[in-house]
Amino acid sequence: MNILRKEVLAQDIVRFAVAAPQVAAKAEPGHFVIVRHKEMGERIPLTIADFDAEAGTITLVCHGIGRSTREINELNEADAFLDVLGPLGEPYPVRHEGTVVCVSGGLGVAPMYPKAKALAAKGNKIIHLQGAQRKELLIMTQEMEAISEQSAYSTDDGSLGRRGFVTDLLREVLAGEDVDEVIAIGPLPMMAAAVDVAAEHGVSSVVSLNTLMVDGTGMCGGCRVTVDGQTKFCCVDGPAFDGSAVDFKEILKRQPFYRDMERKSLHRCRLEEVG
Amino acid sequence: MAPRQEMNKLPKGARTGFDEVALGYTWEQARAEAERCLQCRSPQCSKGCPVGVDIPAFLQAIVHGNIGRAYQILQDQNRLPAICGRVCPQETQCEGRCILAKKGEPVAVGALERYCADWARQHYNGTLNRADSGQAKAGQKAAVVGSGPAGLTAAADLAVAGLEVTLFEALHAAGGVLRYGIPEFRLPKDIVDYEIGQIRDLGVSIQPNYLIGKTLDIPDLFSQGYGAVFIGAGAGLPNFLGLEGENLNGVYSANEFLTRVNLMKAFRFPEYDTPIRVGKRVAVIGAGNVAMDAARTAVRLGASEVSIVYRRSRAEMPARLEEIVNAEEEGIRFQLLTNPLEVLGDENYQVQGLRCQRMQLGEPDGSGRRRPQPIPDSAFVLEVDTVVVAVGQGPNPILIRSNPNLQLDARGYIEVDPDTLMTNIPGVFAAGDIVTGAATVIAAMGEGRRAARSILEYLDCSS
Ligand SMILES: Cc1cc2nc3c(=O)[nH]c(=O)nc-3n(C[C@H](O)[C@H](O)[C@H](O)COP(=O)(O)OP(=O)(O)OC[C@H]3O[C@@H](n4cnc5c(N)ncnc54)[C@H](O)[C@@H]3O)c2cc1C
Ligand SMILES: Cc1cc2nc3c(=O)[nH]c(=O)nc-3n(C[C@H](O)[C@H](O)[C@H](O)COP(=O)(O)OP(=O)(O)OC[C@H]3O[C@@H](n4cnc5c(N)ncnc54)[C@H](O)[C@@H]3O)c2cc1C
Ligand code: SF4
Ligand code: SF4
Ligand code: FES
Repeated sequence: MNILRKEVLAQDIVRFAVAAPQVAAKAEPGHFVIVRHKEMGERIPLTIADFDAEAGTITLVCHGIGRSTREINELNEADAFLDVLGPLGEPYPVRHEGTVVCVSGGLGVAPMYPKAKALAAKGNKIIHLQGAQRKELLIMTQEMEAISEQSAYSTDDGSLGRRGFVTDLLREVLAGEDVDEVIAIGPLPMMAAAVDVAAEHGVSSVVSLNTLMVDGTGMCGGCRVTVDGQTKFCCVDGPAFDGSAVDFKEILKRQPFYRDMERKSLHRCRLEEVG
Repeated sequence: MAPRQEMNKLPKGARTGFDEVALGYTWEQARAEAERCLQCRSPQCSKGCPVGVDIPAFLQAIVHGNIGRAYQILQDQNRLPAICGRVCPQETQCEGRCILAKKGEPVAVGALERYCADWARQHYNGTLNRADSGQAKAGQKAAVVGSGPAGLTAAADLAVAGLEVTLFEALHAAGGVLRYGIPEFRLPKDIVDYEIGQIRDLGVSIQPNYLIGKTLDIPDLFSQGYGAVFIGAGAGLPNFLGLEGENLNGVYSANEFLTRVNLMKAFRFPEYDTPIRVGKRVAVIGAGNVAMDAARTAVRLGASEVSIVYRRSRAEMPARLEEIVNAEEEGIRFQLLTNPLEVLGDENYQVQGLRCQRMQLGEPDGSGRRRPQPIPDSAFVLEVDTVVVAVGQGPNPILIRSNPNLQLDARGYIEVDPDTLMTNIPGVFAAGDIVTGAATVIAAMGEGRRAARSILEYLDCSS
């Protein structure tokens, strides 16, 4: 579980290469791990953003948004994670679809990359659309461009590519191209919008959900989501689901459940940083 | 005949934290209680114990003042005596069969077992008996999946027989339900740590963070040289009721609620990072031990009003009487003959209430219990902001899904040969809740032990 390489990709976004041979040996696109970085820490799910079975490593990209993810991002080379459990979740079924549009928002490009890479290796044509708040937050563009036939970007402030939402780019692509599948990974509102845009064009879509989780083994039910009117456990049935079947409204409402308490925890963590 | 010794308990007013409620016997109490045993020639009590503890022998050792000896006798059959002394449903096991039970006052076997184990832990840091019972050849290996009571017992027995045993556990800490389910105030985690440590000392290698079916699969274990695999994966999948509103914010499965508190220590948030949110008014749906644990935990987390909501009557409540009494003492209300219909929420998807319906008992159903029937026009709203669903568990899905050739029974549990406990896959054995459905710690241990015996036979190293 040693950290072999650390690389700051953007503000608060860090990429780690972690020695985890058992996990790397079984990893497939779509899998994630649950890590703990210290004894009193939370169990934090992170997507396997790349893996190398031979070298025995996995790549994690972590966005420091709360106490635990910020503390993780302070780990350095030669530090280690206390626990790495995985690979978890159902792998994404990599098939020959034809043309696949990969729509990534913010950090969503990290979980997108292994899927896109595997799809490209199967001979699919990848159209890569990526959006972020601003230019500096457009991460992993080189990796994505290397496997895509076509790439386009959007930023909220217009600092790179189109000003606006990445779903605007999607709408244009779908108007002009015959597309077989859309994969959308990013913030919930972005995924919900991408699913709608794809559906308007009669194209099926896949999304990857990042619910709250505790164990990641199907034991607690804290990760439940409604898909096709049925309760599913994101950690064992997902995290990827057919976008049009997901009840996004419910997930959006469940996400902030712990927000007040997380602020308290983060506040304490900052106090500790200061004193 | 002297009356049965009552165990001291933490006074009601002092039960605000997670300190253990039952306080155990003093030496005088322990001796007086052990002296009540009639030393029956053919003791029925031991037949009621799934691991076959020699009860009259350990009681006699207590009477003679030789607690170390008593502990050894316990250990011969039971590797988790401090745990079992606390959580066994003795009234239906050993004590239920005690000859004195007929007069309503069986010998308090459980409390005495606890006494000896606690004494040994404090006084001589007793190590487990290592008497080699088998003839394993050098380098023979067995793998155990899941570190609940079934897996721990099987692993210990296999190690004592000389096998190299590796115990794979999905979570970051071993113990299964003992770790994540049963709360601190009933089973302190340092006792769980201690007894698991003793099993580790037998030579069992405990590997956390291994989810078998994902990190490694059963065929991988065989190709790594394990001659047999024992599955004790438990019944960890929480059931929900399918109620409208069950996914609102503030609805927990009992597993999530208890795991956050026990495994992740949310009761010490923000010292520990994992949060738990308990409102002021909590409804716990269900009336088994799990429901009592959740309700009593909610009280300790600061809820001012906690209700058990159960559709049958008091007589049918599956929880142990002792736990029901504890719950009552701690101010938990019982909404009996009450059937939940719908969880109500506000515009932020936050729980606001539980709509329920009053029930009455009708004719007996298939299980022999009188079937509850709704009373017309009796719907009402219980005003709560948190709902905990404690209506049972199903088989943990991961291992089963990744081994589609593993034969299951009609309810989805692993099917085994009733004599050998072997599954349809040669060399793969299973026991505990993953075979029987949710049962008890001691039943899982008894079956784990039986499986270990047949694994030794299968590997040709039984004595
Ligand atoms: C399958 C899966 C894969 C994931 N992959 C990655 C990844 O590769 N990289 C990465 O950086 N993160 C990933 N996440 C999300 C990550 O696990 C959470 O950001 C992390 O748990 C937050 O912990 P924290 O203590 O730092 O923040 P907290 O203090 O818990 O949260 C800070 C704020 O973010 C909100 N929040 C918490 N969890 C989530 C969430 N899951 N989604 C959206 N908002 C949330 C909180 O309500 C709060 O407002 C993934 C989640 C899942 C379930
Ligand atoms: C809240 C609660 C209170 C209870 N109170 C009592 C009580 O007072 N008295 C009593 O006798 N019984 C009680 N029980 C029931 C008792 O705890 C169980 O019957 C018993 O623990 C079952 O033991 P087991 O070994 O079969 O499984 P478990 O204890 O469930 O352990 C299974 C273990 O296997 C692990 N696992 C699962 N799948 C995998 C995999 N694929 N790879 C690796 N590891 C895996 C799990 O993480 C878990 O640690 C209670 C149960 C609960 C939930
Ligand atoms: S292990 Fe349980 S059932 Fe057996 S004697 Fe002890 S308390 Fe009784
Ligand atoms: S049945 Fe009761 S009295 Fe008889 S030996 Fe057992 S514990 Fe003692
Ligand atoms: S995270 Fe606990 S069941 Fe999915």
